[in-house]
Amino acid sequence: MKDHDETGEGRMIHPTPQLDQLEDGPWPSFVTGLKRLRDEGAPNNQKMMNDLLGQLNHSYENRLGYWKGGTVSVFGYGGGIIPRFSEVAEKFPESKEFHTLRVMPPAGFHYTTDILRKLCDIWERHGSGLIAFHGQSGDIMFQGCTTENTQKAFDELNEIGFDLGGAGPALRTAMSCVGHARCEQSCYDEVRAHRTIINKLLDEMHRPSLPYKFKFKFSGCANDCVNAIHRADFAVIGTWRDGIKINQEKVKEHIKEKGRRYTTDTVLKMCPTRAISLNDDDTLEIDNKSCVRCMHCINVMTKALSPGDDRGISIMVGGKRALKIGDLMGIMVVPFMKLETDEDFEKLEDFAERLVEFFADNALEHERIGEAIDRIGLPAFLEAMEIEPDPNMVNHPRTSCYVRTDDFDEEAAKWFERQAAETAAE
Amino acid sequence: MNNQAKTPRVPDEVGVPDPFQYMHPVLKANYGNWDWHDRPRPGVLRHVSKSGDVIYTVRAGTQRQMDVFTVRKLCDIGDQYADGHVRFTTRSNIEYMVADESKVASLIEALEEAGFPVGGTGASVSMISHTQGWLHCDIPGTDASGVVKGLMDMLHKEFVQEKMPNRLRITTSCCQINCGGQGDIAVNVQYTKPPKINHDLVANVCERPAVVARCPVAAIRPAMVNGKPSLEVDEKKCICCGACYPPCPPMQINGDDSTKIAIWVGGKHSNARSKPTFHKLAVANLPNNAPHWPEVQDVVRRIVKAYKSDAQHWERMGEWIDRIGWKRFFEMTDLAFTKHHLETWTGARNTMNMSAHLHF
Repeated sequence: MKDHDETGEGRMIHPTPQLDQLEDGPWPSFVTGLKRLRDEGAPNNQKMMNDLLGQLNHSYENRLGYWKGGTVSVFGYGGGIIPRFSEVAEKFPESKEFHTLRVMPPAGFHYTTDILRKLCDIWERHGSGLIAFHGQSGDIMFQGCTTENTQKAFDELNEIGFDLGGAGPALRTAMSCVGHARCEQSCYDEVRAHRTIINKLLDEMHRPSLPYKFKFKFSGCANDCVNAIHRADFAVIGTWRDGIKINQEKVKEHIKEKGRRYTTDTVLKMCPTRAISLNDDDTLEIDNKSCVRCMHCINVMTKALSPGDDRGISIMVGGKRALKIGDLMGIMVVPFMKLETDEDFEKLEDFAERLVEFFADNALEHERIGEAIDRIGLPAFLEAMEIEPDPNMVNHPRTSCYVRTDDFDEEAAKWFERQAAETAAE
Repeated sequence: MNNQAKTPRVPDEVGVPDPFQYMHPVLKANYGNWDWHDRPRPGVLRHVSKSGDVIYTVRAGTQRQMDVFTVRKLCDIGDQYADGHVRFTTRSNIEYMVADESKVASLIEALEEAGFPVGGTGASVSMISHTQGWLHCDIPGTDASGVVKGLMDMLHKEFVQEKMPNRLRITTSCCQINCGGQGDIAVNVQYTKPPKINHDLVANVCERPAVVARCPVAAIRPAMVNGKPSLEVDEKKCICCGACYPPCPPMQINGDDSTKIAIWVGGKHSNARSKPTFHKLAVANLPNNAPHWPEVQDVVRRIVKAYKSDAQHWERMGEWIDRIGWKRFFEMTDLAFTKHHLETWTGARNTMNMSAHLHF
């Protein structure tokens, strides 16, 4: 195949018969976008995208990928760049280096069009012109950069206030839901929690030295819009301790509009703990001692019901996908923590720091925190983190009798002491 | 070049950018003070603050992998109709916030005219959360954007309307690491053959003890092959998961025919009603048939159709199957139930039916 060093007339375009078939249909086509960069983009984008499209079409034909990793970084950092070198560079030389810069987005994914345009301009100059909003870890993914241009692109992005995200065995880029910015169901200040923790632990992101990846995600309520329980080593989920707030007039309006049968079927019957009753006068009664804060009834009756006033967070630890011992969801380790005052945020920051430290000290290489907890047992983990056991941490108490219980009375005494202390504090 | 240019620039470790500098002024002014919301029509949210302020959000689908022209087009629309502020959802939908209700209709029109479908709210099929695939990943078994393009073309109608029983979240992943995550329907690569080892390269490319340690079933051991230190796989033990491939690329797990696609159902992130769940195997061994993956599309279509026709309002995929039973699910979708649906991994026994509860 011909070298593509010259542009302009005589420029050869790789045929892309496989990809061409992905331009029809009502959904926006990424292929059309790639082709536009090839045909109308900046000269450097054009060259790179022509060969990139050629390689991608080659993958479609052979049903194989042709990228390999390597080592590329920017000055001062050890992570944040995903290096990609083509294994078929002799055919597609202009995209032989096609690295990605993982860049942390503003918490909650808010942008002005002005800043988006600046990001585009930088990437047009130094990269391929292809950007993903966003990757599965929550990064803005600036895809397609030569090794030489990586530093230039980063410098310019950094000058306008953006920083690299995580990659490799390190603290990873976090995600937070829209939360306080536009959601009445939000139970804490997600932006502050997100920025407080990540910016405090930034060194763990930029200079990877943990046993394996460590992810934080922040959801404002149990709807968990950023999928924290499944996907985060450290999931912060908003909740409340007092009762659900009910606006009975709005309840009546809802029933009038939707009907009694519909309300019974979709609200009462679907409550996981059967905690809701419908009164004869079309008002609702909620047994808040039985309520598990699942959010369902609040989702259905958005005007009539809302989370209580005594809001805070739960922390769940250990979520991850298959590698290596199988899927794990986060387990409840802190059922409730207030998160309003500066002191509350300091407490959260301190807890996160101690947890990451525990991970660094105790996990094996390539072991996630969830796997480490499975290996050592939850009691050992709780003891190390100075957390007392709580019934909210389990579905039910143990069913196996294979346990030594000769200090049971001392442990029980501690429980009653804690209970008494909590009652006194209230 | 002067000396200054040769001195590397020290990064300014700014961390997570402060979003308030980019946030829509109505969102900023009402931060933490919202009262309620509703959805005037599919693709549009109306949030009302305790202060009385109202903000309309118009949500539109994107291709996620965007060229600068597409991003600039989205910005032009934002400048014209949405005060120059946007945000993205976790599923790569773009959201425009509009304080002035009268601008909503023209914004929708502009988005649709530019080819961005408005929807993805409430009981709809939102954009598929997906991975990188052949475009950029170093270990992919398939493409992501291509599979997603085909599926979203097929499900476009369910994106722009809210006629599903509840939200339907689809994910795709190009290897078994499953970066796409859990979904009501998950379309994931499933390898079917042990890795093919290039013994000439292993010693130079792979840290052998690390690769041995990576195997979930201890099927890899060091070996001398043709006089060179390499690795060998006990193919009877191998579960074809591909975990050895990222740390050791000479252990090629992908094959043009052996890389297959499996479809999983019933994963759920939210805690609403039932607790979060993992997705479960519906069917494996579908061909990796680029560029349209018609066999995958056919199965997804059948599952979506069965769910849509039979689930009750607010039931998610997994909750629906819980109610009707797996027997009926396999009947309704015309899929086979095989020995491969029986869990064999750690905790397998907990997935068995230890009761006399039966579905007929």
